Amino acid sequence: MSAAPATPPPASADSTGAGGLDLLLVPPRARTGWRVLPARVAAMCVVELQKLRHDRTELYTRAIQPALWLLIFGETFTRIKLIPSDGIPYLDYLAPGIIAQSTMFIAIFYGIQIIWERDSGVLTKLLVTPTPRAALVTGKAFAAGVKAMIQAVVVMVIAALLGVSMTWNPLRLAGVIVAVLLGSAFFSCLSVTIAGIVLTRDRLMGIGQAITMPLFFASNALYPTTAMPAWLQYVSAVNPLSYQVDALRGLLLGVPSHLPLDFAVLFAATAIGITAASVLLGRLAR
Amino acid sequence: MRDGTPTTGDAVTCTGLRYSFGQTRAVDGVDLTVTAGEVFGLLGPNGAGKTTAIRCVTTLLPVPSGMVRVFGHDAATEKMAVRRLLGYVPQQLSADASLTGRENVSLFARVFDVPRRERAGRVGQALEAVGLADAADRMAGTYSGGMVRRLELAQALVSAPRLLMLDEPTIGLDPIARTSVWEHIMAVRAATGMTVLVTTHYMDEAEQYCDRVALMHKGRVRALGTPERLIADLRERRGDGSVPTLEDVFRDVAGSGLDEEGGEFRDVRRTRNTASRVG
Repeated sequence: MSAAPATPPPASADSTGAGGLDLLLVPPRARTGWRVLPARVAAMCVVELQKLRHDRTELYTRAIQPALWLLIFGETFTRIKLIPSDGIPYLDYLAPGIIAQSTMFIAIFYGIQIIWERDSGVLTKLLVTPTPRAALVTGKAFAAGVKAMIQAVVVMVIAALLGVSMTWNPLRLAGVIVAVLLGSAFFSCLSVTIAGIVLTRDRLMGIGQAITMPLFFASNALYPTTAMPAWLQYVSAVNPLSYQVDALRGLLLGVPSHLPLDFAVLFAATAIGITAASVLLGRLAR
Repeated sequence: MRDGTPTTGDAVTCTGLRYSFGQTRAVDGVDLTVTAGEVFGLLGPNGAGKTTAIRCVTTLLPVPSGMVRVFGHDAATEKMAVRRLLGYVPQQLSADASLTGRENVSLFARVFDVPRRERAGRVGQALEAVGLADAADRMAGTYSGGMVRRLELAQALVSAPRLLMLDEPTIGLDPIARTSVWEHIMAVRAATGMTVLVTTHYMDEAEQYCDRVALMHKGRVRALGTPERLIADLRERRGDGSVPTLEDVFRDVAGSGLDEEGGEFRDVRRTRNTASRVG
């Protein structure tokens, strides 16, 4: 029989034959209140960065699509001047749209990773840590944002190489980071919410494929809403992607935009997304 | 006690615990008490309700009926307090293959609020305790099944839990890896004095390593006691001088038709999946 040791044994006590265990006898002091959330978000983001450090393939392959959009679609439509673009070159007009689109594409499939983590038991184990579900979802949402940020930087570099003149104002760039993170957080929560409803990878994959293009086309990423038929304008008005694009355009290019409204919508959408995903995460735990 | 939280002498108490999946009663009125410091085995075939019962204790499942307490904390209403006391290793191999062993353990140090200055030390000791210090910076995807299990043990240990919960820790492992996993569990337990609650359907392991066992069948506890006591009781009841094993005790309390009850398709599939990942 073994009694619970009242005091940690001295470091020299080599009871397991494998080194001391003195640090493992005292539970860590719990963070409480508001400190929990940033700590969990940081933990999830660190994991995401570690994974990207081990395997950068995704970073490279993900850069291909936006490069093609800018290079082929962007260059062509700049030349034939078919799409009204608020008086700036179409390629410039398109670049923020492609940043938003390509980060959305990453986020919308984030639920697949969640389903994989559930199937492999990783999620189950995280759910038994002192992490409220909302904090776990928020952490995951911003971890998805880490990937999105890197993607946004890649697209901005490609756009700069193609001659798009964007701002270097640090305040505006900070705004860009917030807009990218919020958009990515919303779409990854949307993805986790759908994952919580459909529960399998295949179904989520299908739904993800089905909704990405409509979300993209029913937004102002490729063309201004004024060029849309009336019914599509209504869809665009409830599509958070449109607000993200509007914010990015205003910040990066200095064109007229509705920044307070854009950020209000993005914050609200993210809050709703986190709430919905937290509620449905329980279904994935069963 | 260590951090001043209110505790009782019992690590886990379940009273009248029931849980249903739709029409199926997975757990049908379980009463049991795990005493602090012991190794307690929850035994039964696939589909007996062991995992469901364990999941209620871990707060993964709600407690719809009955009461579950972990060191005095109610699992239904004090989830965070309960989780802080737990180290949980689920049935699936749940290490992240795309991270190194050390990164896998660090994640759990972070989510259990281990301060930065202690983190490296704690993670190192946890890896050391399970014999993975040399392999710590390899990707977990390159580990053998037994190593992954030991890594998961390190993940559970890094927060200094008072109750270690292991759901089928040796499922699908070869005999040598099984022994190794158990030896590490017993060594850590001897060094830290933590309580261990383990489910298994390997009766031989339970006989060898558990202080007390509960035999579960169809959602109910059919027998409870030390393996020696249960075996001695059956020997007395039989009265023919033969020495029964724990498996015989199980057949005795569960009655016939055991092999027809072998769990739902889903359970079997999950077990096979785990087994094939362990390779």
